Order: sequence, then structure tokens, then C-alpha cells
Amino acid sequence: MKWYIDSDRPIYKQLVEQIELRIISGVYTPGDKLESVREMAMDAGVNPNTMQKALAELERMELVFAQRTSGRFITEDLKVIEEAKKTLAVQEIGAFLEKMKKLGIGRNEILALMEKIEEGEKADDHIKH
Amino acid sequence: MTILSTKNLTKSYGKKTALSQINMDIPRGRIIGLLGPNGSGKSTLIKLAAGLLVPTSGEITIDGLAPGVDTKAKISYLSERSYLSDWMRVIEIIAFFEDFYPDFNRIKAENMLKDLNINPDDRLKTMSKGTKEKVQLILVMSRQAQLYLLDEPIGGVDPAARDYILNTIITNYKEDAAVIISTHLIADIEQILDDIIFINQGELVLSSSVDEIRETHNKSVDGLFREVFKC
Repeated sequence: MKWYIDSDRPIYKQLVEQIELRIISGVYTPGDKLESVREMAMDAGVNPNTMQKALAELERMELVFAQRTSGRFITEDLKVIEEAKKTLAVQEIGAFLEKMKKLGIGRNEILALMEKIEEGEKADDHIKH
Repeated sequence: MTILSTKNLTKSYGKKTALSQINMDIPRGRIIGLLGPNGSGKSTLIKLAAGLLVPTSGEITIDGLAPGVDTKAKISYLSERSYLSDWMRVIEIIAFFEDFYPDFNRIKAENMLKDLNINPDDRLKTMSKGTKEKVQLILVMSRQAQLYLLDEPIGGVDPAARDYILNTIITNYKEDAAVIISTHLIADIEQILDDIIFINQGELVLSSSVDEIRETHNKSVDGLFREVFKC
């Protein structure tokens, strides 16, 4: 998997977000052991101290836990993951609604457009099958 | 835990002041970007640390010692210009380094040469500028030093090799070592830096962590640099 670091925000925050997304979307599954800080840093092309800071933040968020000798693991508490998923979904929807507001598109119009897009996707599926 | 410390460090070349009253402490375990426009004093600072120049006033210490024979054993220095003889083969230079520095790791050097497709039997004079730079960086990073001083390490190197070299820097330095990289190619190395030091016209303008800059200025270090040093 690729890492994306853009320019204007703290690097560790971007690492936190991307690891969180990997946990939510199941790329990392509950109980998985994470690679060492150094390996992860090398993979992402970032400084090991920065990766360390990101992992410490994920520990604080309880998405990751450390075991004294054997390393770091993805939480096995599915509730925590579900909660993170919801928080992220709410954020994304908030950002989406904000954009639609700027475009001057109201609730009903959004719903109508969504239905139309979904129908289009279904029709595409038909053709493929 | 300080590896490099300066107190009112000043260096003049005749009437021209290259560095003026620099005070800083570099802790171990960090990768520091020494950033500034051309002629700002970056190389002068690095040469003072490497013991190639003597301060006009003030002091500089490495691990508590004034630059000298003892500190040279602790420092791995990549100079901006090559001091290696053109007629030498890579394999001969490796033997040279192995003989000279007890902390030189030949296996590490050979592995890196292989990764970058450099033939150890080639002579320096047959190599492109970029390949020569790669060889020198491999030599410098194959030492287990406490302080790495890299003066413009990636200038002439292609982007793919650049990534490899940056990874080499991240993975090779030990936690008790510090790496100081001077460059104006900030965007390329920003992700691997812990801290940055901006110098301009011989003076220390800003010293901060990379994420602090991004947090307070909502800008990359590269972006801030372009703003601060706008011509």
C-alpha cells in the first residue's frame, strides 16, 4: 500500500489518518502485528521519530496497543474500530454537505442526484453481467 | 545528550563575516536539515564542525570536545566537493576507508553498491557526476559514526536513487547518532527531517521541528522557506 504525504499539514497527523483508515477498511485486521517503527518509517519514507509519534497517537486513540516485548498490535476491540469508522464517516459527510452548500444544492436535490447515480451504476452492472 | 553545541560561534573570512554569533545544541537521535540560500553559511558551519575551519571567535564542541583528532573519529563527513582521487577504483577506496576508519562497515558499503548497480571495479573518473556522488554517500553512510555531516548530499542524484539514499539515511543512523543535512532541495528531504535550522547571511533565523512549522504556519518547510527567503 502506498503512503501519501501532502505538504501543508503535520506529517505525523497524516500518518495517523492513513493508518486509521487501513484499520477501518480492514487492510490491517484486528490483532495484526505491526512492523517495527523503523520498517514502517522506511516504507512511508518518513523519519522514524515521526512514525513513532504517529503510533503513540494511535495508542492513545486505542486503535493500536503495545506489548512490552513483542511489539505493537491492532486493537481487537471491534467497538473502538466501529466508533472510529463512524467518526470518520460523520467528518466526510460534513465536508461533503459543506461543498454542496457552496454549490447551492439542497437536500432534496442531493438525494435525487444520488438515486440517479446509483441507478446508473446498477445499469452498468447489468451490462457487465 | 547533546552531540554538537555552539556558543556565539563566529567565522569571518577577512572582512566578510560568514557566520555570526550562532548558538545551538543538536541532540542525538535526530535528523536535522540545515537550510538556507546560497552563501548563507551552511557549508562554513559544517566545515567548522568537521574541524576543517577554525572559529574566529566563540566555540563549537562535538560530544563536549573541540574539533580535533578525537572528534574526527566520531564524525562522518560528506564534503560538497570530492576529495577522492579520480584514478582510484571503488574497491580501492573502500579498502582505504576500511583502513582509515575503525567504524567502517565494508559489507554495508558493498550491499549499497550492489543496490545502486555500481560496479566496484570501476574507476571514479569513468563515472557520471551523480554516480560519483552516490559512491561518496555510500562511503560516508557505511561508517557507524555519532554525527553525520552531509553537505548537499543529493544535488546531482536522480529521483529514484534519491529515494534510496534517503531511505539509507533513515535506516542507517543509530539512535545515539545525529544527522545534519545541508541542502536547498528542501521538498525532497522534508519528510525525513525531525528539525530544521534556517540560516541566512550567517545568522540563525529559525530553529524548529518540521511538524511544528506545519502546525503553526499551515505550510510545508519548503513553502515557508520560499516565503522567508523570497527574492
